[in-house]
This record gives sequence, C-alpha cells and structure tokens, in this order.
Amino acid sequence: MKSAAHTRAVEPAGPTGPAGQASSAGSAGQAQAAPSAPARQPATTGPTQFTLVKAHTKAHILEQLRIPVAVISNTIFPSLAFLFFVIPQEAVASNPTAALTALSQLAMFGVMSAFLFSYGVGVAEDRANPWTTYMRTLPVGPVPGTVARAAAAMMFAFFALVPLFLLGGFLTSALEAFTVDGLSWWRIPASLAVFLLCGLPFLALGLTIGYLCTSKVAVAVTQVVFFPMAFAGGMMLPPMIFPAWLNTFSLMLPSRAARDLSVEVLTGTGLHGSTIVAIIAWTAVLGTLAVWANRRDQGRRFR
Amino acid sequence: MTTTIAAPLAAARNVSKTFGTQKALDGVSLDIQPGEAVGLLGPNGAGKSTLIGLLTGLRRSDGGTVELFGHNPLTPAARRALGVTPQATAVPHTLKVREAVELVAAHFTNAVPVAELLDQFGLTDMASKQCGGLSGGQQRRLLVAIALVGRPSLVILDEPTTGLDVEAREILWEQLRQYRANGGTMLITSHYLAEIEALASRVVVIDQGHVVADGTVDEIRGHISVRRISLRTPTALDTLAALPGVVDAANDGGTTRLVSRDADELVRRIVGDGIDFSDLQVHAASLEEAFMAITGTGSAPSSPKSKDS
Repeated sequence: MKSAAHTRAVEPAGPTGPAGQASSAGSAGQAQAAPSAPARQPATTGPTQFTLVKAHTKAHILEQLRIPVAVISNTIFPSLAFLFFVIPQEAVASNPTAALTALSQLAMFGVMSAFLFSYGVGVAEDRANPWTTYMRTLPVGPVPGTVARAAAAMMFAFFALVPLFLLGGFLTSALEAFTVDGLSWWRIPASLAVFLLCGLPFLALGLTIGYLCTSKVAVAVTQVVFFPMAFAGGMMLPPMIFPAWLNTFSLMLPSRAARDLSVEVLTGTGLHGSTIVAIIAWTAVLGTLAVWANRRDQGRRFR
Repeated sequence: MTTTIAAPLAAARNVSKTFGTQKALDGVSLDIQPGEAVGLLGPNGAGKSTLIGLLTGLRRSDGGTVELFGHNPLTPAARRALGVTPQATAVPHTLKVREAVELVAAHFTNAVPVAELLDQFGLTDMASKQCGGLSGGQQRRLLVAIALVGRPSLVILDEPTTGLDVEAREILWEQLRQYRANGGTMLITSHYLAEIEALASRVVVIDQGHVVADGTVDEIRGHISVRRISLRTPTALDTLAALPGVVDAANDGGTTRLVSRDADELVRRIVGDGIDFSDLQVHAASLEEAFMAITGTGSAPSSPKSKDS
C-alpha cells in the first residue's frame, strides 16, 4: 500500500504531467518550488474504488492493531473458553459431534463479538473524532469506508476462528466426524462463510449502537447486550440443557439462530423450523434500525 | 488579483442555512477567484464554520447554490482539487504520521510523494510516531501538510495556526506563502488578524450570517475610515471614551490610545474641550480595529477556545 501511494504520486497524472513538473528539482526559475505546489491542471479522474478501499482497510486494521488489548482479547477469548470449558469435559471432547458443536458455538461467539465491538464501539469513537469529519471532505464517497470497516472486522473475526479450529482439530475428536463418520469436508469452508453471514445481524446491531451512543456509553451498552445474548443464545452452554422456558425465549434470539445455523452447517444435525425465519427477520429488523440510526446521526451532524 | 474571465474556484450564491430556529447563514454570496487568498473573519457564531462546511461538502444548504470548481461540493468528484485542514484536534491518534499522510494521499491521483511532503514540513524525524503523540505545533504542521498533499488548486484552512508560538506560526506562514507563490488559491479563517493581514489579499467579514464587508485588506481598513489616535494626557480615560465616534479606548504606559470613526472630528473636540495633551499622533487603524468597528462587537474576535457551529 505504501508503495502504491508512492508510485502513483511519482507517475505523471496525464499528458501535461503536473506531478513530474512540480517535483523535478530546479525546473523553472522558481528557486524554491515546494514539492506541494498546486497542480497546473486539476485531476479529471480519481483513484479507483479498489485503491480507496485498500487504503481505508489498511487504516482500519492499523488502528485496531494499535490497541492490542482489544485485538488479543477478541482473538483468543473463544480459544481460551474452548480450552478451559470444553477440553476438560471428556464426554464432549471425545464425542466428534459434541466437539464440533462446541467448536461452532464458540466460533459464532467470536464472530459476534468481533462485529458487535468493532462496529458498536468503533463507530461511536469515529463519530466523536473530528478526523472522521475531515475524511468526509476528501474526494471519496461513503462506500470505500463502509467496505473497509467490514473487511477489517471480518479479518479480525477470522483471526479468532483459526486458533479455535486448530485447537479443535488437535485436542478433540472433532476431526473424526469427517474421517470416521463420513461428514463432508466442504462443511469446513462453508461454515466459515456461514459464520460471517450469520454475523450480519450483529454487525447491524453494532452499527445501531455506534450511531446512537457516545463511545463510553457504547462500550457499556455493547457489553450489556453481548453477554446475555451470547449466553441465552446457547453460545456458552449448549441449549439442550436449557429449561423449556429459556429454550423458547432463546429460539427467538438472533444469537440462537446464528448459533443453530453454524452448528448445523458444521455438524449436519438438523435445524429447528424457526431458525431461518428468525435470522432473516432479525437481519431485516436490525438492518433497518442501523439505516435509521445512520440517517438520524447524519441529519444531526451534517444536515 | 486582476479581474479575469476565469470561473471562480468556489462560489456561494445567496446561500442560507438554518439550524432549528437559528439562521446561521442568511443570503451569503462569495466568489473565490483563481490565485486569490481570501481571509474569512467574523466573531464566533457568525457563520464562518457553516460556510466552510457548505464549501467542503460537509453540509447541505437550505437555499441558494454552492459550487466548487463548478460542481456541487457534495459530490466527491467536485472535491478532487480541494485541500482542507482538519480541525485543531483532528488527528487519527493511533495512526503514525506517515500512515496518516499516505491514507489521505491515496485519495489523489497526483499526490505529493509522502517523503517529500514530510521533509518540506520538517516532519521526517517523526514519520514513525503516532499522530496522537505529537506536540501541538507538530500536529498543526501535519494538518497543513495533509491539506496540501493532493496538490489542491484551492485550500481551505480553518484556523491553521491557533495555539502556535510565533516561530512555529512563521514557519507555517512561509509554507503557505510558497503555495500561493506557486499559483495556489486559499480561503483562510483565523482568530489572529495578523495572520489574515500576512496571508490574505482579500478580506470577507461575516457577522450574524451576513457578509458585512468584502474587499482588500486596505479597502477594509479605509472603507470604514477608522483611525487610531494616540496621545499623552492627564484626562480620565472614561471622559475620552465618551467622546463622539470613539469605538475603543485604552491606556498603555502613559499613552492613551483611542479608536475613532472620525479622527478629524475627534481631534477638533479634544482641542475644543480644552483637554490637556501632548504627543498626539493619528495612525491608520489595524485590521483588528477595523474589524471591531464593522461588527460593532466592541471586542476583538473572541478567544480561539470556543468554536462556532
């Protein structure tokens, strides 16, 4: 990326070559022509959308990496939970289906956490930062920044999945579901896609929180929403051991729907009838809320 | 600054903008021609930041038209030759200096090579520092450098040197003078009238959402014929301040300074009233004094602390 920005700048922008003209030393009589002299002719084209997405994604990733606590906790929490709560249970670890179920539950937990926090807290912080306002004066529409944030959040979610899958593969009998019980291998890559897709309602929920709350409030609200939702959605304890009333309530939650879908795609153990309806309905509702919250925020700050 | 047929780089025509019940801008018209350096002055809440928000594509006007290079500033393509300084504290805290400049540079097809720009602004040594760790002066330099990275035809600088010491300010001024000397156009707001006097060829004063004055620095001073009269006198300051046409009165180490709309009349009154004085001098007013007379605020543009909306 660094080199991309660099080479771009050195290339003459067109036949008139304003860039080359201004940066070649001692070209005109002007002894002290600064490198930042204005272009003779304003550019008629901008950089490609791809260049912009790349630049914004890099910035998002760097910004998150500079706060390593958040990244590390996000990345290793699902793996730690797996190590401490799943591996010691002989009955789960030695049963391929049970191990796979536990694995996909915690994977979904990791994705949900990455999306909720990166959007809820990230958007709230961005709104408070005048740098974000400045970025709106650049010749760029809203798309590259939006795509970049999603790309960065997905990347960090993916980082949480890798150690989890490795632990599951080496320390439990999960792989036997494929090698011995004949489960198809396509389920592993498919599950990655499903995890990210099922993260969409949480992405939208994060956006809604981020647009409605200040950054301090957003941290609290996200935590308050996140843990009960993860628990009641069966991401920490399997919903099979829930009492009936909790199970009924659980089935209405987006976290449960996401959990059930990811368990199904990895283990093929079947789906409750309401799951698909629940995930689509929640995605639609939370998506609409996010759009509303965004419009409200834009209307307040940039009317 | 001779009149040309060239289209203005930025234009506001009869623009109004209301926030709730408050009129931030009310029928403002302003053209910025290529090569001009326009100083935008006004007390807090006068509508300066609102006008800049409209010109930079941050806000939508309620009435009238706003154009940037002949297009609507709300469309990203219209902003390709625009450079803007981020607000005072607006640095991406966790990005390193080089990364922040690279991020902005990626938005322009003929950006200044990042290393050259950092060198020009004396930021090379801190290229690997996080922006949040820079001193106030270094941050200001970074913000102005960022405004110029895309080789803009027009830069809009909103209080670029607020809070800087004299030396640091002079360094930034030099960069901006060079930018102008190379054909750049700029719009600058400042709380330091000296800055406007040093950098701008034209001054636009807005107050309560209206353009109240628009002209060269000399015209603004001359147009309202404000003069500064200094003299030594035992007479009480209050008595002098109450004389007709006096807009401001101050005592400075034995010398009394009066600012008056009509210096000739004031001198006649001082003599006629038999006020005892010596060392009487009449000067052209500074831009600051002219500003006070135009807006009738009776004070210099208020402290840089509070920002208008």
